[in-house]
Amino acid sequence: MNLAIRDIRHNLGRFLLTCLGLSLLLAIVLSMLGIYRGLVAESLTLARAPAVDLWVVETNTRGPFAEASRLPGDVREAVARVAGVTEAGSLTFQSVETETTAGKLRLYVVGFEPGRPGGPAAIVEGRAIAQSRYEVVIDRSAGVAVGERIRLGRREFRVVGLTARQVSSGGDPVAFITLRDSQKLQFELAPPAARRELARGGSEATSDIVNAVVARVSPDVPVAAVADGVRRWKHLAVLTQEEQETVLSRSVIERARRQIGLFTSLLLIVSTVIIALIVYTLTIDKTREIATLKLIGAPDRVIVGLIMQQALAMGAIGFAFGVAFILAAKDGFPRRVVVESPDVLALGAAVVLVCILASSLGVRLALKVDPATALAG
Amino acid sequence: MANGPAPLISFVDVSKHYGEGETRVDALRGVSFTVAAGEVVGLRGPSGSGKTTVLNIVGCILAPSSGELRLAGEPVFSEGRWRRSDLRGLRLATIGFIFQFHNLLPFLTSTDNVALVLRLAGESAGTAKRRAHELLAYLDVGHRRNAFPAQLSGGEAQRVAIARALANRPRIILADEPTAALDSQRAQVVMDLLRRVAVEQQAAIVVVTHDDKIVNRFDRVLELRDGLLI
Repeated sequence: MNLAIRDIRHNLGRFLLTCLGLSLLLAIVLSMLGIYRGLVAESLTLARAPAVDLWVVETNTRGPFAEASRLPGDVREAVARVAGVTEAGSLTFQSVETETTAGKLRLYVVGFEPGRPGGPAAIVEGRAIAQSRYEVVIDRSAGVAVGERIRLGRREFRVVGLTARQVSSGGDPVAFITLRDSQKLQFELAPPAARRELARGGSEATSDIVNAVVARVSPDVPVAAVADGVRRWKHLAVLTQEEQETVLSRSVIERARRQIGLFTSLLLIVSTVIIALIVYTLTIDKTREIATLKLIGAPDRVIVGLIMQQALAMGAIGFAFGVAFILAAKDGFPRRVVVESPDVLALGAAVVLVCILASSLGVRLALKVDPATALAG
Repeated sequence: MANGPAPLISFVDVSKHYGEGETRVDALRGVSFTVAAGEVVGLRGPSGSGKTTVLNIVGCILAPSSGELRLAGEPVFSEGRWRRSDLRGLRLATIGFIFQFHNLLPFLTSTDNVALVLRLAGESAGTAKRRAHELLAYLDVGHRRNAFPAQLSGGEAQRVAIARALANRPRIILADEPTAALDSQRAQVVMDLLRRVAVEQQAAIVVVTHDDKIVNRFDRVLELRDGLLI
């Protein structure tokens, strides 16, 4: 006869309500983990989109995501001629704020050379950029439709295609434009400023600057060997794709990782305290029943089982509700939430530990209950 | 005292005090009595006279300060210490408790409340359920076997509690004010039941009571005052 299940069944409404409260707490814990995984995924999405093997950046930098990197535009030709490199493309990156009918929109603009590595990974609606000027492929999270026009800098661009889940590490939707457009956007002076520059005798500075050159390496050639070859040029630095991803996940979002980790730990501690208080209160409510059980000869294991099984049931049901809740709600978050099975399993294991730990307070109380309490009037 | 074989409860020169020095309170002072099989003994006295202390000591939940306790012929307490380590096992096998407010587990049905004691004693689920049904029928509450305690009247709940106390066929039954929460008619029914159990199961029954309407239903009444039997 399982006393824990009988007690739960008898007070099912109250028990489920408690589980529901706990599930919201566990859903928040899981959402924090999901937000962190989302941050990693979003950061890596942009780095993985070009599907390249090497990132050539300014010497002594770890650009273009971790820090600024500026390279002359002709570096691409030089990299493309390195033995083992099959394709190379120049890229620029910049943040732009614009206005749409829906309001202010912050975009992460990537300039690339159509036909070369660095463009959008996949277009889910519309088409790729076909003209050399004033076309943009944008992530659907920006909320603009194919055919709409958006202003970037001083020019209007026509949205010709949409991507999915292409956002920066800051969560801004990525917009792809041609390299030429992006260089104009980055370096072209406004007419008054250009006139002033000419009047003071200056000349228009070169705008053929890029932030990184990406390269694909032949499968028959070791990537490390090609990277070592490029590194011999003192004015360039090279990161392999793996190194670039490490820079992104370890450096760029390290603080976010630590912050979320700390918050998750705090939430787990709060969960432990709450479960402990719930179990303790439930045990106090059952003092007379526990005393009666002791008086009629029930061994301690029956009483400990009653409390611990209820705590575990509460944790398990709360956890299941929490997982279901976060799976149902994750797409409604402003930023991407990635719920991964190992995280869910790890949280499940943590909940079991937390329940055992939390119920120890109730167990301690139950074991101290004097059987004579049952005889008291 | 009834004549016959060795008494089932033997309470010999038992004293119990709480605290020491100026704060010392003597709850029992050299109390001795025996209860034989088939006997129903009442234990009366004003509040603070030591009735509950006697019940707690016979129920093996309170150690005396001195004296000797034998239950069903077995020495249980003597020379200042318990002679058995598994007092809960002893209670489960030998003693049945009936409480003032029935103390049924609220989340178990009548059947399960009775069967629980049998399951704790190691009986199979089927045997425990069968015996529970028999006992509930014996106590005229068979028709309420699937009801939870909150759905029972006071008299029905007390009869289920008696069924629970009888489940393991204990040789000793300790009842703490079993009729206090019942009206006169139901109190007589409960006393009839206890009398029947004492005779049919040859059990020794001690009933702590303040209830004047049942005082003539005992074989003997022990009067306690200030920790002494009078």
